[in-house]
Amino acid sequence: MIRYIRRAAACCLLLLVALLVNAARVQVFQADALDADPANRRTTLARYGQPRGDILVDGDAVTGSRDSGQALRYERTYADGPLYAPITGYASQVYGTTLVEAAEDPVLSGTSPLLKPLWGGLTRKRQRGGDAVTTIRAGVQRAAFRGLAGKRGAVAALEPGTGRILALVSSPSYDPGRLSGTGRAVKGAWAALNADPDQPMLDRAIRQTYPPGSAFKIVTAAAALDAGAVTDVDAPTTTPDPYVLPGTTTALPNEADGCGKASLAYAVVVSCNTVMAHLGVKVGLPGMLEAVGRFGFNDARLRIPSHVAKSNFDRKMGPDQLALSSIGQFDTTATPLQMAMVAAAVANGGELKYPYLVERTTTARGTTVAQNGPRTYRQAMSPTTAAQLQQLMVDVVEKGTGTNAAIPGAKVGGKTGTAQNGIGNRGHPYAWFISWAQAPDAAQPAVAVAVVVEDAEANRADISGGGDAAPIAKAVMEAALRD
Amino acid sequence: MTAPTAADVPPPAPRLAKRRGVELSLLVCAVLASVYGYAGVGLAKSGAVPPDAARYGAGLGLLALLAHLAVRWRAPHADPLLLPIAVLLNGLGLVLIYRLDLETPHSRAAATQLVWSTIGVGLFTAVVLALRDHRVLQRYAYLSAASALVLMAVPIPFPAVNGAKIWIRAGGLSFQPGEFAKILFAVFFAGYLAANRNALAYTGRRVWRLQLPTGRVLGPIVAIWLLSVGLLVLERDLGTSLLFFGLFVIMLYVATGRTGWIAVGLLLAAVGAAAVGSLEPHVHGRVQDWLHPFASIEAGQGPGQLAQSLFAFAAGGMLGTGLGAGHSVLIGFAAKSDFILATAGEELGLAGLTAVFLLYALLVARGYRAALALSDPFGRLLAVGLASILALQVFVIAGGVTGLIPLTGMAMPFLAQGGSSVVTNWVIVALLIRVSDSARTPRPAVESGTVTPVRTGSR
Repeated sequence: MIRYIRRAAACCLLLLVALLVNAARVQVFQADALDADPANRRTTLARYGQPRGDILVDGDAVTGSRDSGQALRYERTYADGPLYAPITGYASQVYGTTLVEAAEDPVLSGTSPLLKPLWGGLTRKRQRGGDAVTTIRAGVQRAAFRGLAGKRGAVAALEPGTGRILALVSSPSYDPGRLSGTGRAVKGAWAALNADPDQPMLDRAIRQTYPPGSAFKIVTAAAALDAGAVTDVDAPTTTPDPYVLPGTTTALPNEADGCGKASLAYAVVVSCNTVMAHLGVKVGLPGMLEAVGRFGFNDARLRIPSHVAKSNFDRKMGPDQLALSSIGQFDTTATPLQMAMVAAAVANGGELKYPYLVERTTTARGTTVAQNGPRTYRQAMSPTTAAQLQQLMVDVVEKGTGTNAAIPGAKVGGKTGTAQNGIGNRGHPYAWFISWAQAPDAAQPAVAVAVVVEDAEANRADISGGGDAAPIAKAVMEAALRD
Repeated sequence: MTAPTAADVPPPAPRLAKRRGVELSLLVCAVLASVYGYAGVGLAKSGAVPPDAARYGAGLGLLALLAHLAVRWRAPHADPLLLPIAVLLNGLGLVLIYRLDLETPHSRAAATQLVWSTIGVGLFTAVVLALRDHRVLQRYAYLSAASALVLMAVPIPFPAVNGAKIWIRAGGLSFQPGEFAKILFAVFFAGYLAANRNALAYTGRRVWRLQLPTGRVLGPIVAIWLLSVGLLVLERDLGTSLLFFGLFVIMLYVATGRTGWIAVGLLLAAVGAAAVGSLEPHVHGRVQDWLHPFASIEAGQGPGQLAQSLFAFAAGGMLGTGLGAGHSVLIGFAAKSDFILATAGEELGLAGLTAVFLLYALLVARGYRAALALSDPFGRLLAVGLASILALQVFVIAGGVTGLIPLTGMAMPFLAQGGSSVVTNWVIVALLIRVSDSARTPRPAVESGTVTPVRTGSR
């Protein structure tokens, strides 16, 4: 009997071994696959099981976390939701994250390996969510938001010398806090926001492209000067008024007077279509493409760190289309941020700094884990060209179409733009204004701004860029110069 | 044993250590480990040691002390590992149930489980005190079988709970009489096989290479076994029928050593299981779950219980999330009973789970050890049977929740929520204590010439 008992015991041992091997299979060898299974709620539970890190503007958190007591416990709150929505985006239990909430999610949610202390490999503990410090300045942001006053449009403001983004406003906006959490209210808010014809969740400043209209003439002027198509800004050109588009019988008209054979300086200041269209054709498609590329056009990989919609300048077109494209029409489109970059490049002596929105990310205790700094995007134009264009843009504000943007005591350069919109141009035009401002005692301009207002309440004859958009740009620049 | 020396002076009899002190110190460790786990849950969930941690420790300690005193008084030679392992597993079970209670504020189970554990320890003490010699049980083999069948039949008129008709509900308490039938069957098998094992093994006809016993000898035991399994199938308690079958096979093998029968038995069982598995919808579902635990996810219905259980084990990884820091409550229904091991796996990790398995293995091994040391066939078979009940229970349910075998409802001994199970397991440990006491008691020296009765039990 002893032998049989021993054998039975051996059988039990076999069962034990089977259990242990199987447990090791599930807990060690298949663990990663099981952990990553989308149906496994643990990742989600851990994510919302602790307060989310904050997004900071001027050192103050514009976000918060609320303990909802639900399974997905901490819900995002926003101190000034609509104002900062184009920066923060939303962080929803149901609909995920966007913008900075998405781009810096590993730090904010505490999963980033950067947050772990040196001995972090030993602990499985999830780190507290870190913070994202933005480059936004609250005063500038508020000025832009107040300036748009709920009208459909957007503002982007940059510090030309560094590329720091000072303001990003999209209007009309929404409160991203409505999407935090779970439940019927959140689903209802999502449906309502998506159904809204004003598209409040669209971040117009970086995700919407508009035809830039005459504001694009700065780019064309830079290309012409750099390519040697114009050597003296004050010398008369050969462009007749009206200018017949090459290869067609279509005559391009001007809104302004005195454009026939006008100099580049005059053409920029009063916004002559004919001169600029002809210059674009003179530079030629390869030269124009090279020039616009230096400003950031056709770059689909621009990140601030959120993705920025690609601003477009067609790569293949005929000379007539090139002529139209060179005055910011045809298929040329740009985001407000892109046009702010154009102004910033001029303001910074031709050197375009890469725009960035997140200054640094920190641990919950404030230790920096990642730092962004100024870096050069491209040399958009030569310093000489930049200096010439600066003077032309100052002239626009002092005696041209942009007088509404003038700030007493400060050096302000600008350019208006108005782009037709809708089928047969029957929609209200888009009003553009791009500008930069330099304090009297400062070595270089402190701010570059692009403002676009959709549905400008003005007819085409008025230079609506100067009428609708310039006052907003002025308010933004004043706020930026104030401190 | 001891040969007379040259001087013809009998040497002092070798003192066999009783090891009660070892048992006591291990018990202290077991209680402290449980209290530590209890405090750990509180610290993880609310950042503070639960206010009643001391009371909980004192309660568990008092139970352990009571059991220890009973053993010290009436079974002084018993194996010193059995009781501490039982206390540790029971304490850990209470901690896990308490921990899950925190997630389900509307259905608390820890307090009830503590009451049942107290009853279990009470019965343990009663068995140790009242049963002075395990051989008494041999007389009641048929009575055991009869009462086991009655116990199993009792729940049939009661309404089914979660698909199984194995519950009796009276007042607020529910009881699973079938649990207790396990012990009675072990007693019956041991008694019957001990009395008839020679007749079973050596009489009868030989068919080809297989020695078949006469129907007169094998008949009663097969009849009773078939009856019990039939009842369980009626009640849809598949785990227990699997357990009874395994128990029957092991004990028959140990009694007769006939491998051929075991092979035939296993073959028949495999055929039966395959038939039931493909025909009976309930069982078929379980087998499908086992083969495709993630089918419900692919079908867009979210993870099923087994998938959730596997997620929990995986989340634990090597070292576990720590007590109170896991999400095994996602398993939902039966998280505290059948799936309690998933909580252990998630929060204690593979390391903790291995420790738990080894505790069970040690418990089983000590049972087998007692069986080897005993001299009477009934005692041996009883010890093997009781240890095998524990081993099979652990394998069936642990294998089920980790996806090794199809899941069948069964309680993890001592860990899982379930009063009848805890009480039954305490009685099993009491019987093992009694058996091991007999096994380790020094036998009277024959050379001394005088026969000293070891104990004044009836024989």
